[in-house]
Amino acid sequence: MVDRLFGWLMSGCAALVVSLLLWVLGDVLIEGVAHFSWSFLFTEPEDSGRSGGIAPILVSTLWILSIALVTALPLGLGVAVWLSEFAAGRRRFSDIARVTLDILAGVPSIVYGLFGNAFFSIYLGLGFSLLSGGLTLALMILPVFVRTCESGLRAVNDEWRRGALALGMARSAAIWHILLPAARPAIGAGLVLGIGRATAETAALVFTSGYVDRMPESPLDSGRALAVHIYDLSMNVTGGDSAAYASALVLVVLIVLLNTLAQSLLEDWFKRRVFVS
Amino acid sequence: MRVRDLEVGYGDKTVLSQVSLDIYKGCITALIGPSGCGKTSFLSTLNRLTDHSDARVAGQILFDGQDLLRDSVDTLGLRRRIGMIFQRPNPFPLSIRRNLELPLKEHGIRDRQVRYRKIEKVLKDVGLWEEVSDRLDASALALSGGQQQRLCIARALVLEPEVLLMDEPCSALDPISSGIVEELILRLRGRYTVVIVTHNLAQARRVANYAGFFWMTERVGKLIEFGLCRHLFEAPRHALTAAYVSGARG
Ligand SMILES: Nc1ncnc2c1ncn2[C@@H]1O[C@H](COP(=O)(O)OP(=O)(O)OP(=O)(O)O)[C@@H](O)[C@H]1O
Ligand SMILES: [Mg+2]
Repeated sequence: MVDRLFGWLMSGCAALVVSLLLWVLGDVLIEGVAHFSWSFLFTEPEDSGRSGGIAPILVSTLWILSIALVTALPLGLGVAVWLSEFAAGRRRFSDIARVTLDILAGVPSIVYGLFGNAFFSIYLGLGFSLLSGGLTLALMILPVFVRTCESGLRAVNDEWRRGALALGMARSAAIWHILLPAARPAIGAGLVLGIGRATAETAALVFTSGYVDRMPESPLDSGRALAVHIYDLSMNVTGGDSAAYASALVLVVLIVLLNTLAQSLLEDWFKRRVFVS
Repeated sequence: MRVRDLEVGYGDKTVLSQVSLDIYKGCITALIGPSGCGKTSFLSTLNRLTDHSDARVAGQILFDGQDLLRDSVDTLGLRRRIGMIFQRPNPFPLSIRRNLELPLKEHGIRDRQVRYRKIEKVLKDVGLWEEVSDRLDASALALSGGQQQRLCIARALVLEPEVLLMDEPCSALDPISSGIVEELILRLRGRYTVVIVTHNLAQARRVANYAGFFWMTERVGKLIEFGLCRHLFEAPRHALTAAYVSGARG
């Protein structure tokens, strides 16, 4: 009896949450599709974005994301490999590194924005640019990415490590050919989290990439990211709601596309190497 | 191989001390003894796998006239000459072919045809060729436990080692697979120097030329007796050995 009640309660919770999420998604889809057209993607915004499209904003967004991912991916994998494979002899230092990463993972993005502004924009002289923004986002997604990849590597069967060592394989070879590919699901999960967070970011970017809606000519130009655009349209531009919805639709589709792309690239790259058990 | 006054410890705990024995070329040497007396630790000193745990190792292990415990020894090269098989089969999560190819590549064998010839030869050696030649590119993890263990033996043999260390290679296998692997080990006699740890006394008697008996005294593992396998089992010099091999203790 108690169990039955408990079961109902739980399925009620699940139904509530799922339907709320579906509602949000459905709202964005329906409103977005109503105002979406293909030319929206390829034209410049006019009248503060009330009409026209989002071409320069899309380009800026892709620049920022590419810079963030291209920086964070190798750097993050490097740190994760170090933490899980090489840090054993330096327990103090690696423990400090882990705690620091966990704290950094919880720091609000606006703090990253302030830091990115002080460091990349001003100290390194990159100004308000897509590069400053991309690097700031890289910093922001690194902690979670590193910790996800690290735990993925730690979960890899230790007998493969010893097997590789016993065959006289260099540790770097074992890592490259066996451990990293075997940790692929975790790396993919870390990437999804990173892409999601970076694509949705506004606060950190306002301080580093700016919100000029012109078409950027190089990564050293400033530019407006999609999420910033949506924020601006819905908060600062009266009558911008429909364009905001259309942009939100693009944002959702973009995240889905990027995740699919990242997963399939990762899969492709590792597939030839490893059969995940 | 000559082992002299070997001592192994973890932290401040000594688990093995005063071990001295000779391992003869081309022979099978079986090591027996109860759990926890340091047999695995002993084996891992022979290929310096102890470097990768927090083990302390002291003493001498002469291999080809050189002390292989010295810091200057090239451990990667050493492990190519001294292969190891573990208790639980540990094929990599790769295809059967890549499992064998990867170590070859890592040891600088660039020519694909050469690699393929070696792979075929070694798979025939371990009796897997018939069973897997039509699915070399399928996952090695799909093989049965016994096949996996033979693949691991093939993976060690493909590097053409001189010595093969085996840590309870049959204890995770069913009796039939275990029998097949045991026959394989017997066929290696003469071509390779084999050191095998086993809890299966009957198996030790069947395969080994020499045998060593480890036992814990005062919580430290010692080599109690070492000699010809026949002598150790039929005419043990030590009362502890006699009790252990007759099944009275252990
Ligand atoms: N990496 C390690 N760190 C600390 N102690 C260890 C480590 N490896 C083994 N030991 C300890 O060393 C002792 C000997 O272990 P070892 O595995 O060599 O015994 P064994 O004879 O192989 O036992 P079994 O028959 O169960 O495999 C045990 O008390 C074990 O707890
Ligand atoms: Mg053992």
